[in-house]
Amino acid sequence: MSSTVISHDAAHHGSHDHHHETFLTKYIFSQDHKMIAKQFLITGIIMAVFAMLLSILFRIQLAWPDKDFPILEVFLGKWAEGGRIKPEFFLSLVTIHGTMMVFFVLTAGLSGTFSNLLIPYQIGARDMASPFMNMLSYWFFFIACVIMIASFFVESGPASAGWTIYPPLSAVPTSISGSGLGMTLWLISMTLFIASQVMGGVNYISTILNMRTKGMDLWRMPLTIWSFFLTAIVGLLSFPVLVSAVVLLIFDRSFGTSFYLSDLVVQGQILPNEGGSPILFQHLFWFLGHPEVYIVVMPALGLTSEVISTNSRKPIFGYHAMVYSLVGITVLSFIVWGHHMFVTGMNPFLGGVFMITTLIIAVPSAVKAFNYIATLWRGNIRFTPAMLFAIGMVSFFVSGGVTGIFLGNAALDINLHDTYFVVAHFHLVMGSASIFGMLCGVYHWYPKMFGRMMSTKLGYLHFWLTFLGAYLVFFPMHFMGIDGVPRRYYAFTEFPFMEKWISVNILVTWAAIVAGLGQVAFLVNFFGSIWRGKKATQNPWKSNTLEWTTPVEHFHGNWPGEIPTVHRWPYDYSKPGHDEDFIPQDVPYSHTMSSNSYHDFEGDEEAIAIQRAWNKENNRSGEE
Amino acid sequence: MENEELEIAELLRVRKAKKFSLWLGLIGMFMMFAALSSGFIVYTASGVDKGIKTILPNAFIYSTIAIILSSVTMHLGLKAAKAGNLLKQKSLLMVTIVLGLVFFVLQLNAWGILSERGIYFINNNASQSFIYIFTGLHLAHIIAGILVLLRCYIGAVKPIAHDYNVFRMDLGAIFWHFLDLLWIYIYVFLLLNQ
Repeated sequence: MSSTVISHDAAHHGSHDHHHETFLTKYIFSQDHKMIAKQFLITGIIMAVFAMLLSILFRIQLAWPDKDFPILEVFLGKWAEGGRIKPEFFLSLVTIHGTMMVFFVLTAGLSGTFSNLLIPYQIGARDMASPFMNMLSYWFFFIACVIMIASFFVESGPASAGWTIYPPLSAVPTSISGSGLGMTLWLISMTLFIASQVMGGVNYISTILNMRTKGMDLWRMPLTIWSFFLTAIVGLLSFPVLVSAVVLLIFDRSFGTSFYLSDLVVQGQILPNEGGSPILFQHLFWFLGHPEVYIVVMPALGLTSEVISTNSRKPIFGYHAMVYSLVGITVLSFIVWGHHMFVTGMNPFLGGVFMITTLIIAVPSAVKAFNYIATLWRGNIRFTPAMLFAIGMVSFFVSGGVTGIFLGNAALDINLHDTYFVVAHFHLVMGSASIFGMLCGVYHWYPKMFGRMMSTKLGYLHFWLTFLGAYLVFFPMHFMGIDGVPRRYYAFTEFPFMEKWISVNILVTWAAIVAGLGQVAFLVNFFGSIWRGKKATQNPWKSNTLEWTTPVEHFHGNWPGEIPTVHRWPYDYSKPGHDEDFIPQDVPYSHTMSSNSYHDFEGDEEAIAIQRAWNKENNRSGEE
Repeated sequence: MENEELEIAELLRVRKAKKFSLWLGLIGMFMMFAALSSGFIVYTASGVDKGIKTILPNAFIYSTIAIILSSVTMHLGLKAAKAGNLLKQKSLLMVTIVLGLVFFVLQLNAWGILSERGIYFINNNASQSFIYIFTGLHLAHIIAGILVLLRCYIGAVKPIAHDYNVFRMDLGAIFWHFLDLLWIYIYVFLLLNQ
């Protein structure tokens, strides 16, 4: 109950806080949603840099498979003897790169940061429903990260069965070096991570449904909140399924059960396991795995909606359609997992069902893409770095989404499955799109997080290097995939039909290196601006949502006095008749008589009568 | 006065949210077992040699009686807490905890009976391993449930403020009833597949 007392104190005493915060309670074991958001973000950024460096390492191997780089041995020791990355380590690199990016960066780093930051702020709450559980959520995530990184320091190396950890490779510790202790650490890390996500998600849903301020009905919630809400629901329903899959895997690995294993001979030894089905794992895994894609992309869509509307100075186009699309994506995300398994020998009729549900997802996704474009159309666009990243997000979502139509088609997928075409598809549609959504959020809400502005020039540099870099890296991969080049192969020189792609690999690797260097601009900007950035004003983007009504200085409780009441939806930008091009959500209609339209009152006869009388008195023609 | 009212309203709102969080958590837990159920169905359907292929031990029936009784005593304990009868609350909580432990022991006993029949956890017919997985994971939750009950008991012994005591008992009761229903679901599911 301490949260309530804290909230009460903050509400009535402002900065004269009664409870004395120590360094430990303020910065380390904080229960304040704003601090926890920053902890998630900074941990997410560190994990992103780490995972990106891993990708540069395997890109070097792919571009120059016959060349030695003695410096690699200096850093990687036995994993790069003679300056060449070992095949086992190559597999570890792609595995951990995928795991970290999908789960630690784009799930925890994105949802954890912005759900924590924006849910209480934008719905008008002093904190989360359970600040303590919120703190636990971060620390479980942090420990998960530490364990995953620790797996680089065990003798047999990190997990290397791919981020999807399919058995039998992941289930037989003796199969390859990465299936040993590294895999065990992977499983422990992910179990902690799931606990973190469930605790966080429960808190997000409960806060949104129970803690909204007066006047904040569901249809007045910003799209950011809708997206965090639905993301948390998807997570709550799908992450526990992965726990079940992982529990069975752990028993297969360490106790000798046969849930997933059957008829195996490993290094000349016949294994005793019989009767298991690796396909069972795939079903359980993808029941989480596919919704996970939407866990990653929906928050990015929400952030983008807010940033595009604010910086187009226009209401978001089709607010209700945007919400229904998110709901549609949420529901459909649970009935499409089979499209990852078209080539497992699945009954073609069942494959057909999964194909149809998969292709239907294109509908709500397209609604969103068109609505973004319609919002931009004839807007008074301000190309802030956040806006550029938001537009970039839409670009990737469209160009990566289009190839989803190919892959969702079972007949085509039989050819394209496990090729670079898949790598290109998901890196654009969920990788780059979500990273861009996340970066757009960082640039936009940085003033709210740190009270300072980021450098715009460095932001532009960062955007262009990353945007062009990402396209140069992933676009050529489509052609490799169509040519049948499989993913996860160690050296293209080993296969004559792949040799012709080495020159493309060199281009891709150089693009990756340049885009990687582009992130230095971001890191300098992000960390430098915490201390040296220009001081932010209360509402630097002239935005409507409630977080911009809080003071620049942070304190636990968010608003010094009463929490503002909400009177309108969050997208009243450039409303005709108003003297400014934005009207914050807490401004009552009685203060904006010159811009009110009758449908603002949603059938409230009394309010309409008052407005009509005012219009008549002031010679204003109100639309009937 | 007005401040106090505000504070109480805020407190009630946070409590409502916490209770709601518990319900959400229960959904998450149920999803785990739903996944195992579908895993069991898919696995068992994969061959005629799969399936439980035994009659479930009677110890499961006895444990079911124990956990249903514990739910009743928990409900009475909550009522006693609401009525402010601390003594009755404490004794009913103690009975609930004991019944929880009895359930635990009976389940272990059922495992023993299964092993005696040659149905081990390490088994090439994983449908039989699934019995241990279902019951084992449920027992892990029972341990958590007993810890929650102990916390309620400590709250009654201290004692903490009346409204907080009732709130804690309320959440504890919801969780404990959930574990009861979850067991009934698991048991019926296994019975239908034996």
